[in-house]
Amino acid sequence: MRNQKLIVIAIILAAVTADCSRNKKPIATPQPTPTLPAVPDTPPPAPPQRVEDAPIAQPRLGEDDLADRSIDDLNRNSPLKPIFFLVDSADLDDSGRSIATANAEVLKKNPSWAVTIEGHCDERGTAEYNLALGERRASAVKAYLASLGVSSDRMKTVSYGKEFPFDMGHTEDAWSKNRRGHLVITAK
Amino acid sequence: MQWRVIVAAATLGVCVLAVRPMPAAPPQAQTQPDTISLVISGDPGTPPRYAVPDFVALTPDASEAAKLLGQVLWDDLNFERELYMIPRDTYGSIPAARTAEQMPFAAWRELGADAVFFGTVQRTGNDVRVQVRLFNVRTRQSVFAKEYGGSATNPRLFAHTISDEVYIQQRQLRGVARTKLAFVSDRNRQRLDGTVENREVKEIYVADYDGANQRRLTVSRQLNINPSWAPDSRSLAYTTYRPNPDIFVSRIYEGVLQNPTKGVGTNYVPVFSPDGKQIAFMSARDGNPEIYVMNADGSSVRRLTNHPAGESSPTWSPSGSQIAFTSDRTGKAQIYVIGVDGSNFRRITVDESEADRPTWSPAPYNEIAFAGRTSGSGFDIKVYELSTQRTRVVTNGQGTNESPAFSPGGRHIAFSSTRGGRTQIYTIDREGRDLRQITRDGSNQTPAWSN
Repeated sequence: MRNQKLIVIAIILAAVTADCSRNKKPIATPQPTPTLPAVPDTPPPAPPQRVEDAPIAQPRLGEDDLADRSIDDLNRNSPLKPIFFLVDSADLDDSGRSIATANAEVLKKNPSWAVTIEGHCDERGTAEYNLALGERRASAVKAYLASLGVSSDRMKTVSYGKEFPFDMGHTEDAWSKNRRGHLVITAK
Repeated sequence: MQWRVIVAAATLGVCVLAVRPMPAAPPQAQTQPDTISLVISGDPGTPPRYAVPDFVALTPDASEAAKLLGQVLWDDLNFERELYMIPRDTYGSIPAARTAEQMPFAAWRELGADAVFFGTVQRTGNDVRVQVRLFNVRTRQSVFAKEYGGSATNPRLFAHTISDEVYIQQRQLRGVARTKLAFVSDRNRQRLDGTVENREVKEIYVADYDGANQRRLTVSRQLNINPSWAPDSRSLAYTTYRPNPDIFVSRIYEGVLQNPTKGVGTNYVPVFSPDGKQIAFMSARDGNPEIYVMNADGSSVRRLTNHPAGESSPTWSPSGSQIAFTSDRTGKAQIYVIGVDGSNFRRITVDESEADRPTWSPAPYNEIAFAGRTSGSGFDIKVYELSTQRTRVVTNGQGTNESPAFSPGGRHIAFSSTRGGRTQIYTIDREGRDLRQITRDGSNQTPAWSN
């Protein structure tokens, strides 16, 4: 099992490396740091700005890069970044709006893409309450993207409540990663 | 006393899940002129003391079932805490009776028993015949005598039936020995298809009230959550992600699956009305999570709430005229009640920092169980009594506890708890005593208790 996993990772790494070397411009790879804890009280972190900058700086290279990738591969290293939320909140804060704006740019440059916006919650609320909260988070992201010109027809929402945490831990850090609007590309 | 022979072969027969609940026993005792004399009482001011020795195997291949029936019947009778059950490991000095005529009443009386069972099990192929009598130890009279026939597949069902019928006759109490718990489990550890994330499917499972006979009901290999029993205990409504979350109703003994919400928007948390004719649910079909009501076949959908906050977790009052639900319109989840016609909207919980996942008790109690935030990061199961507006705490702060579900008579509550590590299903009595762990395999959540 472990060997298989390593091989898979190796293949993914090889693919990513190949893309990079073909572009010969590492900055064009729309890859921010892989994890965005988005701790509520800290000022807007740098990574979102990089997301914003990357496609704007090298739009055509970015598009070519994305066009070659399968939907699964795109979702595995997605150019659409999660939007994180405060406890019990379905409002986009400054950081969330910044990330959503970058996502809107990606979506507008790839007009054939359709996405599902998943609303997720940390484990501290009850299962049923979190289904409602996750819906409101997904809807808030959808509404914000729509306000930036992304057609509503391309976006579906779904709430997973606390059923599928991204971080299985039981710490503040884990919870902050699990309160999110998560964008999944469903068609391209 | 003459044998009243009831051959219940047809109703005890195996069905799809081999869990078909028997129809409630006709209240035969009440039609007898000597009803009063049939009830066994204990010493004044104390509950009657019951003994359940092993049943007698009349055929060699029935010995296992004979032992099992004695233990399960003892457990079933003990569950309601209405009788004093004499521990089975204290019967060693009492000679085993091979026939009812040999019953050593003097020895049982010495042990302090007011009531003792005598049962036999006979097996022919896959058929089982069980005869049982309940004796008043003081008068040496048989007060309950029945014969049951059925499949050997699930001998526990004989004990459950005997327990429920004895409780009706002796205490006028509706026992829960033949009820089921439905719940959500990830135990089969199958990876969810159609996502690059590492997610495991969750399926609906059904178990006997005591945790025996746990079986997987759904096989959709998706996320299946929010099980809710129809009042006839023959259908379960739940939420399935395909991948759009939608409400399905599974008629579990017929293998029929219905989809009343038909993919209109996202739909979650279905709950049958007490008469089974309607389903309340949460939907974001109009853009925001609100409470809706529809006929069970999906017709006549109407919206009950209208607020930009999130509304979820509907539960019906016993008469079906009101619905309690959760809203976070004040910033934190609290419980509200609204008439099914939209009238008489009001807030119920005022002293809780957070109150969520209400479950209205069945009559005769008029209570709402809910998950109330503790001082820490968890929840405890609490019960709000509508007439006194008093709240009592049922769990004691161990782990986080949520998703309360009343047993049909309102005497017990099933819930999920992290007290042992992973989330598991437990039952507890309505005062917070007699905690029992129901599940152990994987993570298990959101129990629903059948009628």
